[in-house]
Amino acid sequence: MRRYVQHSEHILIFECDNVKLLFAVAAEIGAAQGGGTELLNLLRIMVLCLLGSAANLRAQPADVDGEKEIERYRAMINDPMANPGYLAVDRGEVLWAMARGGKNVSLEKCDLGAGPGVLDGVAAHLPRYFADADQVMDLEQRLLHCMRTLQGLDTKDVIARRFGSPGKTSDMEDLVAFIGNKSLGMKYQASLSHPKEREMANIGEAMFYRRSAINDFACATCHGDDGRRIRLQALPDLSKPGATAREVMASWPAYRVSQSQTRTMQHRLWDCYRQMRMPAPDYASEGITALTMYLAKLGDGATINVPSIKR
Amino acid sequence: MVRIFFLACLLALPALAQTPDPARVEAVVAASFASAPAGWKSRVTQDALQEICSLTRNQPSAAQAEAITAAAKASVVLPPDSAIIGDWRNGEKIAQNGQGGQFSDAPGTVSGGNCYACHQMALSEISYGTLGPSLSKYGKLRDFELADARATFAKIFNPHVTLACSTMPRFGLNKVLTAQQIADVVAFLFDPASPVNTDTK
Ligand code: HEC
Ligand code: HEC
Repeated sequence: MRRYVQHSEHILIFECDNVKLLFAVAAEIGAAQGGGTELLNLLRIMVLCLLGSAANLRAQPADVDGEKEIERYRAMINDPMANPGYLAVDRGEVLWAMARGGKNVSLEKCDLGAGPGVLDGVAAHLPRYFADADQVMDLEQRLLHCMRTLQGLDTKDVIARRFGSPGKTSDMEDLVAFIGNKSLGMKYQASLSHPKEREMANIGEAMFYRRSAINDFACATCHGDDGRRIRLQALPDLSKPGATAREVMASWPAYRVSQSQTRTMQHRLWDCYRQMRMPAPDYASEGITALTMYLAKLGDGATINVPSIKR
Repeated sequence: MVRIFFLACLLALPALAQTPDPARVEAVVAASFASAPAGWKSRVTQDALQEICSLTRNQPSAAQAEAITAAAKASVVLPPDSAIIGDWRNGEKIAQNGQGGQFSDAPGTVSGGNCYACHQMALSEISYGTLGPSLSKYGKLRDFELADARATFAKIFNPHVTLACSTMPRFGLNKVLTAQQIADVVAFLFDPASPVNTDTK
């Protein structure tokens, strides 16, 4: 067991995950609310899970049981009060309404595609074409655009903090979690009516099959087939539309247990490019939007579940 | 005549919509990695093999495939027979090691082969991937023949020797592994004492 922890940081031991997740949840809720009934409930769940994982350690094979365990407590943790991703949602709500930048205004007049200030359902149609910028933008690109044009904010610091770490929150991750959550339960409907939107989806598809860097990897190397694994890690098939692609597309941003952070698709693809031995892609670059647009096309019709909770 | 032309256009349209201009794709990729550090820029652009295998989605034409395998065979630098099979214990570590070459790695990190990411090898290791075929008992199934070990060295050096547009990395050609490291991995597969060949479970 120690062997695979050592050799691949991506392969988290599922048994340990149980404990780790609950500690992460407890710590965050504890920190945010100074205890209370949620914390008590959590402690109860923690004891249950510790018992569950002890049983699991004896069981073989570990991967199958591990998957079941994850499922079991994904269900348990589905309670919004217990998903730490909701802390990001709450912080995002504050940031949305906070006056900032040279113009000292909030983001509340930002047009995310359905008119200034409209939040409900907008994430269900992003990325999309924005005529004012003559560009297809994902949520991050659009928010940066609004920060610069509407607020007159120098986004250098925001971009420097694009990915949160312990003790350092990310405005972008928080805002995206807040806005994504405003489409919770809605149907994801990819925006493909504008020629530039279709062009972006096609570029993204080409990038999905594009091999590069010292290992000759493409996204398709790892996500091109059903039921494949890298070490013990199951890999979603993102080469065709279907239930898998829908579930993936509908579940970002996600609270990543292994990182104790709420992450967006920008971070997920950054991490996949890392595994591809490519340089870090630029944040909010056209290529990431193209790939997201390609995934959006595959994920059309999904029911949005944001923030979700993942390894 | 005109009608046929229009028909042809109509048929061509969906195909056109699917395949964007490769130059446009490359421009988007280049722009998306614009701030890559100098030493990393070369990873963003493609070599000829990467380009063909990407555009054909790993289904090269017969002529392309022939050219790829021929070039791959010419690229392999084999050590003398005495150095084809190294130390299986080192080889096992290399097969386990998935580090190296990532922007998150400390500079100077020695790269592993990460074979277990894709292959089953020793049966006692349960954490193996399924992107490639099982290599369990690999040497034993080949009677530990030196000729097979030599071919395996070549396969790891440049997998396109036997399959054009293989999805396996070109470990030797791309200098991910040294000749010594490849020989050690070959030993992991071909040494009769290696758990790849001895493990019963
Ligand atoms: C070397 C292997 C590898 C490559 C190459 C790779 N990925 Fe991944 N990808 C992974 C792993 C491992 C995960 C995590 C799966 C998990 O946690 O369940 C993942 C997860 C993902 C997810 C999230 C899946 C989910 O469950 O929500 C998306 C989306 C994704 N990858 C897209 C891509 C794209 C696009 C590319 C190319 C730019 C790419 N990947 C390249 C290994 C890879
Ligand atoms: C990204 C996935 C991947 C990685 C990493 C990888 N391989 Fe492979 N390998 C494959 C695939 C796919 C095939 C089958 C297609 C082919 O023959 O090229 C294969 C085939 C092989 C074969 C030929 C099997 C046969 O049919 O006789 C050998 C030997 C082999 N790999 C050894 C290795 C070794 C040793 C390493 C590590 C140094 C390694 N591979 C790393 C994907 C991978």
